[in-house]
Amino acid sequence: MRVKSYQRKLDIKNGCIDLSHGSGGRATTQLVLGLFHEAFGNEWLARCNDQSAFGVRSGRMVMTTDSYVVSPLFFPGGNIGSLAVHGTVNDVAMAGARPLYLAASFILEEGFRLSDLKAVADSMGAAARAAGVHIITGDTKVVERGKADGLFISTTGVGVLANGLELSAENARIGDRVLVSGCLGDHGVAIMSRRHNLAFQVDIVSDSAALHDLVAVMVAAGGAGIRVMRDPTRGGLAATLNEIAHQSSLGFRLQEEAIPVKPAVTAACELLGLDPLHVANEGKLVAIVAADMADAVLAAMKAHPLGCDAADIGEAVADHHHLVQMSTSFGGRRIVDWLSGEQLPRIC
Amino acid sequence: MCLSVPAEVTELLPGDMAIVSFDGVSLEISSALIGDLAVGDYVLVHVGYALAKIDPAEAERTLELLQELGSVAQELRS
Amino acid sequence: MKYADEFRDKTMAQGLARAIGIEADPQRAYRFMEFCGGHTHVIFRYGLEDLLPANVRLIHGPGCPVCVLPASRIDMAIRLAARPQVILCVYGDLMRVPGSQGQSLLRARALGADIRMVYSTLDAIRIAEQALDQEVVFFAIGFETTTPATAVMIRLAKKKRLKNLSVFCNHVLTPPAMQSILESPDIRALGRAEIDGFIGPAHVSAIIGTEPYGRLAEEFGEPIVIAGFEPLDVMQAILMLVRQVNDGRSEVENQYSRAVRPEGNRRAIEEVSNVFELRDQFEWRGLGLIQDSALKLKRPYAKFDAEARFVMHELPVVDNPACECGAILRGVKSPVDCKLFGTVCTPETPIGSCMVSSEGACAAHWTYGRGRDYQLRRA
Ligand code: SF4
Repeated sequence: MRVKSYQRKLDIKNGCIDLSHGSGGRATTQLVLGLFHEAFGNEWLARCNDQSAFGVRSGRMVMTTDSYVVSPLFFPGGNIGSLAVHGTVNDVAMAGARPLYLAASFILEEGFRLSDLKAVADSMGAAARAAGVHIITGDTKVVERGKADGLFISTTGVGVLANGLELSAENARIGDRVLVSGCLGDHGVAIMSRRHNLAFQVDIVSDSAALHDLVAVMVAAGGAGIRVMRDPTRGGLAATLNEIAHQSSLGFRLQEEAIPVKPAVTAACELLGLDPLHVANEGKLVAIVAADMADAVLAAMKAHPLGCDAADIGEAVADHHHLVQMSTSFGGRRIVDWLSGEQLPRIC
Repeated sequence: MCLSVPAEVTELLPGDMAIVSFDGVSLEISSALIGDLAVGDYVLVHVGYALAKIDPAEAERTLELLQELGSVAQELRS
Repeated sequence: MKYADEFRDKTMAQGLARAIGIEADPQRAYRFMEFCGGHTHVIFRYGLEDLLPANVRLIHGPGCPVCVLPASRIDMAIRLAARPQVILCVYGDLMRVPGSQGQSLLRARALGADIRMVYSTLDAIRIAEQALDQEVVFFAIGFETTTPATAVMIRLAKKKRLKNLSVFCNHVLTPPAMQSILESPDIRALGRAEIDGFIGPAHVSAIIGTEPYGRLAEEFGEPIVIAGFEPLDVMQAILMLVRQVNDGRSEVENQYSRAVRPEGNRRAIEEVSNVFELRDQFEWRGLGLIQDSALKLKRPYAKFDAEARFVMHELPVVDNPACECGAILRGVKSPVDCKLFGTVCTPETPIGSCMVSSEGACAAHWTYGRGRDYQLRRA
């Protein structure tokens, strides 16, 4: 890297972001080179261009973009940086594609500590390397104090799709099975346990993880038998299945007993008056799979470390109201609806 | 209304406070509404306060009754 | 969870369902009102209605403090929060409750009001201690269960000589509301038979005990069974009510004996009566004005009363005339009888109080019960 020597080194330990870091001048370059390039280090960034060129392989390309605004920025099991990488990798992967490159854009609030920024960037770099993707271009802006909550990250991902795969939310068919890759609600509960006005202690960490490898294993086992894949992030499993029900014009019937949820997540949800099916996940997926392939796909999932708690939780049924219904563990039946409005802890 | 969870008292703190836990979740609550709280008691927790102690003997009795009601019905049916 | 999971057992539920099926007289109908929103929630959450014989019907009562809070009180809180020096502390449940003209606390916060969600009244004390140059107001809502927490907060604030903390008091009482339902003209016109018994409040009763219901059972000839908030509790209470009806009894029985003692929680009652006294009357959304049904601060604590301190005025708000909440809360109509249900009025855009909180009869029906309607209609 061609790092010129500047008069004052970036003081990562004690320093903080000021408006000069966004001015495009020396301070900006110093920040980009000294902090981001250090963390993400790869041949594309080393060329220090405003864009990066890469070869296009055969097959169809997949592209996605997402913004990350999370409070608190650091939570048990990750931080906004690892979350941004995992989330974007997963959005690419849910098409059945292999993620290749990411772009990352940072909006920094004046006064944000450089040590925190470095921690975020380092964990982004680590998450990208672990997922086999490269962060090849990016941008940094600084806004005045009070105009951003510390740090916002926006990421774009590009991946390549093996020929023939066509996963889409309108593809579910009546009789298809609903598979989830593991226990629901971990991320949301981990985050809520750290909101200052709620503070409860719980041994749950965010499930934030890159799922592309699990997806590859599933695709190998199920091929075109896999109709839809989604990662149930905001709004939880309930939102994801309701979306698919609408887009595919059918309903779902779930078995409550089959849905994996950790006891501590259930307990935290009871305390706050929330439904685990509405709580966010960042390292789980739902797959709608043709009935005759479901067992094979489920077995492949269970053999993968990110799918060891995978379960078959129900099936797609004919329903012109497009409802997601669930047989309760109590022998009754209820609707699993979209969450209405914001998820707020309740007292009654 | 009145969301509440049954939790076990794990620690008594000064100033009418206590730590309770249930299924891997623990939190600090006020014990101001219960006079004689002891570690190991189960309480109903509502808006950060212990509302009432759960009486283990009564709970047991209710469960026994429930069991009995169910099995009597079973016999009548068959 | 101990003391919860045991009361959610499926096989025992089926046993109880059979028992209810055997004991309920097929020649008659049983209409029981669960007063508490907590029971409404459990009934829908676990699909209990699917386990009951067709002639045992549940009527979802007004027992959700958010649902019964009039829009005018929300408006008052919004106007208060708009004052520059005020920090308004609220329970999360209140954030989305609609005031008049589409206003809500959530929207007020978006427009710049300092509104903070708290989980406990002790959080409000903490906030007041940290913001000594600002006025911290706690928006107090809830039935007898939630009131003691407010009382403790006021006692502590007085002890700590906190001058910047006050309470916007909206605490209401359960027995007067139950009585008002039984006395309402449309119930009387139909004969008292519309409600054959009450599933009595769980946690309210843990505070007030079983005694306050005695008069209701006696005077109105209504069986009352106090029940816990787990599904088996509710099933057992229904069986106990069926038996009372069959025997022609109208007594107060306590299914929830593991948490409810006949005398209630003395210490909590004392905390409350030290600080609060009866208001002459209070408006319940959907039910109208009810005498002696709410609390206000006693004289020695008057300086903690936000309504006096900030000279807050209540301006009348007219609820949508098409809303059937009043009739639904009294068990005379069901949510599907309302023309607005599921069309104009949904949990995202609630018109009436029953759609506001997830425990309201309309919201619970919308969120959990629609599938049954569709199926019934098809059959
Ligand atoms: S559906 Fe809405 S408008 Fe109709 S009664 Fe219920 S709350 Fe009122």
